[in-house]
Amino acid sequence: MKLMFGRTVSLQLRLFVAVLLSIVLIVGDKYTQGSTTVRTSLNTLVSPLIYLANLPYEVFSFGAKSLQTREQLLSENEALKQKQLLQSEQLQQYQFLTKENQKLRALLGSSAKQANRKIIAQILSVHSNPYSHQVVINRGAIDGLSEGQAVIDEMGVVGQLTKVGSTTSRVLLMTDTTHATPVRILRNEVRTVVEGMGKINQVKLSHVPHSLDVRIGDVLVTSGLGGTFPEGYPVAIVTEINRDEGSPFAQVYAEPVAQLDRIRLLVVLWRQQQEIISSE
Amino acid sequence: MNSRHSFLIGVSIFFALIMSLMPLPFTFEPFRPDWVLLVLMYWSLAVPHRLNIGTAWVVGLLIDLASGSPLGVNSLTFSICIFVTASNFQKIRNFSIWQQAILVGLFLMFYHLMQFWLNHFLMDVYFNPQYLWPVVTGMLSWPWIFLLLRKYRRHFRIR
Repeated sequence: MKLMFGRTVSLQLRLFVAVLLSIVLIVGDKYTQGSTTVRTSLNTLVSPLIYLANLPYEVFSFGAKSLQTREQLLSENEALKQKQLLQSEQLQQYQFLTKENQKLRALLGSSAKQANRKIIAQILSVHSNPYSHQVVINRGAIDGLSEGQAVIDEMGVVGQLTKVGSTTSRVLLMTDTTHATPVRILRNEVRTVVEGMGKINQVKLSHVPHSLDVRIGDVLVTSGLGGTFPEGYPVAIVTEINRDEGSPFAQVYAEPVAQLDRIRLLVVLWRQQQEIISSE
Repeated sequence: MNSRHSFLIGVSIFFALIMSLMPLPFTFEPFRPDWVLLVLMYWSLAVPHRLNIGTAWVVGLLIDLASGSPLGVNSLTFSICIFVTASNFQKIRNFSIWQQAILVGLFLMFYHLMQFWLNHFLMDVYFNPQYLWPVVTGMLSWPWIFLLLRKYRRHFRIR
């Protein structure tokens, strides 16, 4: 047994080293970016912990699923079939429209839009830093994901990938204070930027001049500028406009289209191929 | 012999890590105590020659990685908190459990304010009094953690 009062290194020195290392980490983390091998392997290091912490939730949800009655399952099946029928009817139209769109684009001499590569991911329910809005998904570098890819759900834009490990990665939600999404108003094609405010059901439009034509109920879709989000996905709907002439800009608030507080399945999109842009 | 003690301490820290990552119902989420810091504090008071600032720094880094905060924030705050407890362990040990709980509450307050300052500096977050709920719940859960870990320590004779 060691002596109670015999210490090898003084506490002050240890604290000094720890503080110094932490400051190096904080600065290094803030001022470098990109998915380097160091970051990926560090994120991979905690993946088992995340999967383990998610386990109780999986067990409970599996239990709840197995306890569903036959009638519930039958009625759910019926509802899904009806939904699928309606959607496949729309899909027939969609195929016709995409063909027509391609022809028209060919006539105009602009490049054809290509379908993106995509992958379905599931959310692992684990606790995250209370100061930021983010979720963990069960896909990572093994599936070919990389930092900055766009993430959507069945309704609209959710956010983008930030920290990628080999089997898990983090999605920064569009409502986080550090996130901004380039959008345009669907009605009149005016471009603007949507910023997160740290509230799960509200975002704001930044630097909107008083004269901008924006109305309550306007749908904001991604503009494709900035290169992270592909064009045309719904982002938010304008809910509140405050045109106070005393302030330099009009305050416009919107509500995200995606149900960010109850998402479970997500779609991760790849960026459009580089050669399409260069051939333009 | 040495490694057995460290392994058992590691097991308790591992459980605390899982507890702090586990999903909670939305309404209870703001009240989650900082399990890991509480467990680290207990060990730094009980066996300060085994668990020290170095361990706190590594565990803090793990928390940073697992909860997606900017790297180094929890390492820094954990190290400072454990420095305070480890340098005063002889005094704090002699207090009664309730006095200890109040002191732990003060440390937790300090921890959360440091966390907020760092996050404010790095990510421009704004203060929300909700961020301080874990101080209260942590203070209230200290006696139970203390008694549980003391039983654990005595049962396995961790010295």
